[in-house]
Amino acid sequence: MTGFIHSIESFGTVDGPGIRFVIFFQGCPMRCLYCHNPDTWEGRGKPVTVEELLRQYERNKEFYKNGGITATGGEPLLQTAFLAALFRAAKERGIHTCLDTSGICYDPSHPEETDTVLNVTDLVMLDIKHIDDDRHRSLTGHSNGTILAFAAHCSDRGIPLWIRHVIVPGWTDDADEQERLGECIGGLKTLKAVDCLPYHDMGKPKYAALGIPYPLADTPPATQEAAQQARLHILNGIRRHIQKNHSN
Amino acid sequence: MNTDLAKEWEGFTPGRWSNSSINVRDFIQKNFTPYDGDESFLEGPTDATKTLWEQVMELSRQEREAGGVLDMDTKIVSTITSHGAGYLNQKLERIVGLQTDKPFKRALQPFGGIRMAQQACKAYGYEVDPQIVEVFTKYRKTHNQGVFDAYTPEMRLARKSAILTGLPDAYGRGRIIGDYRRVALYGVDRLIEDKEHQKATHFVRMTSENIRLREELSEQINALHELKELGKIYGFDISRPAATAQEAVQWLYFGYLAAVKEQNGAAMSLGRTSTFLDIYLERDLQKGLITESEAQELIDHFIMKLRMVKFARTPDYNALFSGDPTWVTESIGGVSVDGQHMVTKTSFRYLNTLNNLGTAPEPNMTILWSTRLPQNFKRFCAKMSIRTSSIQYENDDMMRVIHGDDYAIACCVSSMRVGKEMQFFGARANLAKCLLYAINGGVDEVMKVQVGPKYRPVEGEYLDYDDVIDKYDQMMEWLAGLYVNTLNIIHFMHDKYSYERLQMALHDRDVKRYFATGIAGLSVAADSLSAIKYAKVKCIRDENGIVVDYETEGDFPKYGNDDDRVDEIAVWIVRTFMDKIRKHHTYRDSVPTMSILTITSNVVYGKKTGSTPDGRKQGVPLAPGANPMHGRDSSGAVASLASVAKLPFRHAQDGISNTFSIVPDALGKNTAVFAGEPDLEAILQNAEGDAHEE
Repeated sequence: MTGFIHSIESFGTVDGPGIRFVIFFQGCPMRCLYCHNPDTWEGRGKPVTVEELLRQYERNKEFYKNGGITATGGEPLLQTAFLAALFRAAKERGIHTCLDTSGICYDPSHPEETDTVLNVTDLVMLDIKHIDDDRHRSLTGHSNGTILAFAAHCSDRGIPLWIRHVIVPGWTDDADEQERLGECIGGLKTLKAVDCLPYHDMGKPKYAALGIPYPLADTPPATQEAAQQARLHILNGIRRHIQKNHSN
Repeated sequence: MNTDLAKEWEGFTPGRWSNSSINVRDFIQKNFTPYDGDESFLEGPTDATKTLWEQVMELSRQEREAGGVLDMDTKIVSTITSHGAGYLNQKLERIVGLQTDKPFKRALQPFGGIRMAQQACKAYGYEVDPQIVEVFTKYRKTHNQGVFDAYTPEMRLARKSAILTGLPDAYGRGRIIGDYRRVALYGVDRLIEDKEHQKATHFVRMTSENIRLREELSEQINALHELKELGKIYGFDISRPAATAQEAVQWLYFGYLAAVKEQNGAAMSLGRTSTFLDIYLERDLQKGLITESEAQELIDHFIMKLRMVKFARTPDYNALFSGDPTWVTESIGGVSVDGQHMVTKTSFRYLNTLNNLGTAPEPNMTILWSTRLPQNFKRFCAKMSIRTSSIQYENDDMMRVIHGDDYAIACCVSSMRVGKEMQFFGARANLAKCLLYAINGGVDEVMKVQVGPKYRPVEGEYLDYDDVIDKYDQMMEWLAGLYVNTLNIIHFMHDKYSYERLQMALHDRDVKRYFATGIAGLSVAADSLSAIKYAKVKCIRDENGIVVDYETEGDFPKYGNDDDRVDEIAVWIVRTFMDKIRKHHTYRDSVPTMSILTITSNVVYGKKTGSTPDGRKQGVPLAPGANPMHGRDSSGAVASLASVAKLPFRHAQDGISNTFSIVPDALGKNTAVFAGEPDLEAILQNAEGDAHEE
């Protein structure tokens, strides 16, 4: 089976636990304003087979002893069949699999298709862009309903979750909204980590090269402190959720 | 032989080191205390350390303001005993000794070449005493003069075009590590006695080799007598073994100081001293003679002295090496051949100087890395690397197989058994330029003159892989021969006119000599051949028909992406060139090796190399060492390192270097913005607790 990828990062240290072999899938339905990989949105990408990818992984597996494979992109779930085949083959070899997704491709009325991937996924990293649906639409072009449903589905299925949240000045730096996000994800039984990423504008040159206007031209990069504050607020939200549930 | 333990050795476990021969390794193995703990025992700088270091920083500032040199000796030729005692602040210094009579005053060292010494002075507004110039021109020949008397016209031309480059023909070759530990363990008298014995038991048939060795042994003995004298100048009797930790550090440093007073070598490395000195520090700590703070102070003051080592060098030389490096490399850690790691508390103390004195490139702290090093030490190294970017790592698991467990690194990658092996440093041949010679039939693409043999150049518009490989093979054959012969002349003359008598006095008599060749431009050559093979490369010729540029149509695999199609070309180049080197006679039956190493000089080499078929333009820097070309490794660090790791160590035994830099954020999660399981569990527990209270 053939998949289409943008590129490989052989030394991924921030996309899941340990040192990871990170595969960037080509193609994404989202158009997040702060996306730093616009070059993965469209186009055909480079054709690869499951075997080719795993062969490349195995050559340097010494490095990945405490890590594994991460599928990211782009949106890996656009290529469900290929992704499922890749993760199945990886699991057969005892490799830890991590799916970094926006959750946008999930269909709550037909979870079977996504489940073919989740059956062989050890960890899901889910990026929740905004807790407010309207704001989420403005930021990404889509509702967050599917995404939150996907999170609940993963939780129900017992799949460990890391929730990521990008802090963008003027967009996602409101303390109340961050607490609301925390309250929401506090209900996920399999929540294992919260990762606050300060927005950066290192993707700018890619937009220039593609001839796409940079959507956040007037937004400054987020500071480390802003991300630290966000982390506190989200954790507070989680705490509040747990307290409410206990007192009920 | 006296089998009683000398009184200075009380408390040590005896062995072959004490009752039969000079054997520092045996002493270390029988006496060192491995340390598995963490860094929490370490102490900060003492007041004396702080005061002295501020003084050094102030002198550094003054030196910068003065244009790079604070003071130069123009009258006294530097020898082991040429200067009186010099101090920073005698009352505060626990370890003493300077190269001249004043800190930061650079010594006059004309034995490598008087012109180099004159140029170095002139560049900073000084002038060498005319009488000295006369002596070293009229009456005393230098290494540089000797070499140029023997060079062939072809060698001069290859040097000028820089296909052979950085040759140690006008400066000290360096890369020899005296076993400075011997001075501390045995005292100088015992070493002299041993050398006398070596001389008395050597062949009596007077061949030129035997005569040379007899003369060298006599020179070594003279140097040892002068070393004792150097001790006296500073008020110490180093004829006997060191009795305390303070003496051990001091005696060892006197050995090193004598070496740098005598030789302005390209790399004056220290060896492998931390675990050796730890035995003395541990003994004094056990006896309650010193505290941890005092132990650290001794190491801090020692390292401070090593940081102050300076040589008079020309601006050209500094441009080649991008600074004023001394390569005081110290090898730390490693594992014994019996599997026991050799990390001691003093391994930590050495690295701790980067905290106490701040970061610095010298001494070049090099960790002999093994998977078997203790976890706490590995963590500490990682922490210090992130904090200081001042630590070098080398693969002990690979080198131990060849050199055992008492080797050290000279310069940045050259490994050798301390006191038993030495090397003839040979700079490097530019294999990227060699490929251009193959294409142009030996005509230099920049100078536009015939430098190599007049072979048939390539014909036609596009380069043909098989044709170019065939021509490259022949051109490498020529280059290897010329290179080895050039180095033979250089080392013959260095031995004759600038022999490292003190450093060799701290070696066994019958040393193994490595003939260390090197190559530059590996990734450019490999990518160029890949471009010729997998893309189409069109030649652009000048009015004389010399190919001066290339147009590459289509994409091609690039070295640095773990892609065998091109990585195998790089391996082929290394193996082929090394095999050609091996065909030639080497001076003093030395064993040929090769390094793939340039840390800074790749910039200068690139300047002198024309455009290459991989798309690199004339004058653009080559990649350092075995690195992929900048920006061409597009699959991340592991793939990049995997390409480098394919290069065969047995064909590049003098070392393969890879310069690796990465932004800290790309090394893992930042704990300030990342909340993992421990945090979440804590919240859960607290939250439940709060809930119950409500």
